[in-house]
Amino acid sequence: MRSWKLAKMSMVFAPRLAESAPTSHVGASWSPYDNNGGTCVAIAGADYCVIAADTRMSTGFSILTRDYSKIHHITEKCVLASSGFQADVRSLQKNLDARHQIYQHQHSKQMSCPAMAQLLSNTLYYKRFFPYYSFNVLGGLDNEGKGCVYTYDAVGSYERSGYSSQGSGQTLIMPVLDNQLKSASPLVLPPRESSTPLTESEAVDLIKDTFASAAERDIYTGDGVEIVIINKEGIRRETMALKRD
Amino acid sequence: MHHPQVLRSQMRWECHGGQEESKQEQIYVGRSLMGPPTPFTLMPMPGVPITHTQQPYVTGTSVLGLIYEGGVLIAADTAGSYGSTTRFKSVERMKAVSNNTLLGASGEISDFQAITQLLDRLIVADAMWDDGNDLGPLDIHNYLTRVMYNRRNKFDPLWNTLILGGVKNGVKHLGSVSMIGVHYVDNHIATGFGIHLAQPIFREEWKENMTLEEGTRLLEKALLVLFYRDRSAINKIQVANVTEDGVHISQPYALKSEWNLEAFKNPTASAAGSW
Repeated sequence: MRSWKLAKMSMVFAPRLAESAPTSHVGASWSPYDNNGGTCVAIAGADYCVIAADTRMSTGFSILTRDYSKIHHITEKCVLASSGFQADVRSLQKNLDARHQIYQHQHSKQMSCPAMAQLLSNTLYYKRFFPYYSFNVLGGLDNEGKGCVYTYDAVGSYERSGYSSQGSGQTLIMPVLDNQLKSASPLVLPPRESSTPLTESEAVDLIKDTFASAAERDIYTGDGVEIVIINKEGIRRETMALKRD
Repeated sequence: MHHPQVLRSQMRWECHGGQEESKQEQIYVGRSLMGPPTPFTLMPMPGVPITHTQQPYVTGTSVLGLIYEGGVLIAADTAGSYGSTTRFKSVERMKAVSNNTLLGASGEISDFQAITQLLDRLIVADAMWDDGNDLGPLDIHNYLTRVMYNRRNKFDPLWNTLILGGVKNGVKHLGSVSMIGVHYVDNHIATGFGIHLAQPIFREEWKENMTLEEGTRLLEKALLVLFYRDRSAINKIQVANVTEDGVHISQPYALKSEWNLEAFKNPTASAAGSW
């Protein structure tokens, strides 16, 4: 009787006690992670935001499908693009959706983009010791209607900026964006806007160029690119074909 | 050919396809009808070993699927390999889940059988609501994705890659879920070696609104290539046809293969040697 109570207690107060039982470790061959590839980019403008991601899903040296969307509309004014391990990405999207639903019930309004940015960071850090293998770019309009882009690492460290790229083609695309969009130092006088001085259609063209370039050299980027543009009129979507090799 | 124990799911759905088997309805009432499905693994108890990352024992090789004008076609061979031995040659690797959805699996056969039992309970619990709406292929695909992902999170995966196909309200669905929860939907899908050998054939030759005949021939073409090149494949296949009206899994049959090549007839003809 006493040992039974002890067992019950150990389950409630210190469930980890169970792990002192012998465990069977069979080899080191299985990984809970996979990299399904892909690249995400976002560019913020004065009154718009463009978010784009390729549509290829890979594993190892194989293509699983050429038509998979990495872009997820979380709120009315906020779009999340994520690459990395697809199962974690999908789970993260569902997690944020559920949290957003609760927020809407409690506050009778949608979450703002900066609020969602913080929520995403906290959600990622919550799994700091078994991370979501997900490389995210969050884009949308902030509370003043200006374009905003937030960029993340896999464990939630984030920053607002005027533009960003994440994923397998990140290193190929980021230098091009820096060259075209990088604004002067924030110390410069008179102060300059941190958002892009490009027009919406120029930003979309730049995105198309960067993806076409990345698809040349990155094997995980290709097949097609999905581009989402958010402005005060709403959200619209464009697609462009990419090389399929 | 079939496993001696006749499963409830096998009887109810496969009978609709008009097979020659006995149509005797056997009502099995057991714990499975007691409520919604429960998770597999119990909480860790002191003194009981914890099962972590496994290795597979009896495995099935590729499963192939494609969408055609009338619904979905899914095919697989009937081999159960035990490492490099072809241990079982009459394994059911595809099962009807409901009368408009079919599940095929590669990987560990016992895990697949556990999944079909789980789905059985799920379908019954759903039907018992009797609310005029039953789970469709997309719903089951999403459900299985969550099951596989959650097991992966516990470092205790179900060692399968699943292919789920079906039709509901005229919408055809064909998707895949891997053992770590990676999932996607497409017009043609393959698992295992099929990704390397069959998908390229599908990408070249699949088209919209293929007839049943064309779809079956395309699947057979890919299965033949797999038989030639995948050492765990055998020449005994089943093709399943899923339409809005029902699931029909064919009896196993063999493909015509060509072995009458000179190199096979006299393998040592050009080999060097002292005797």
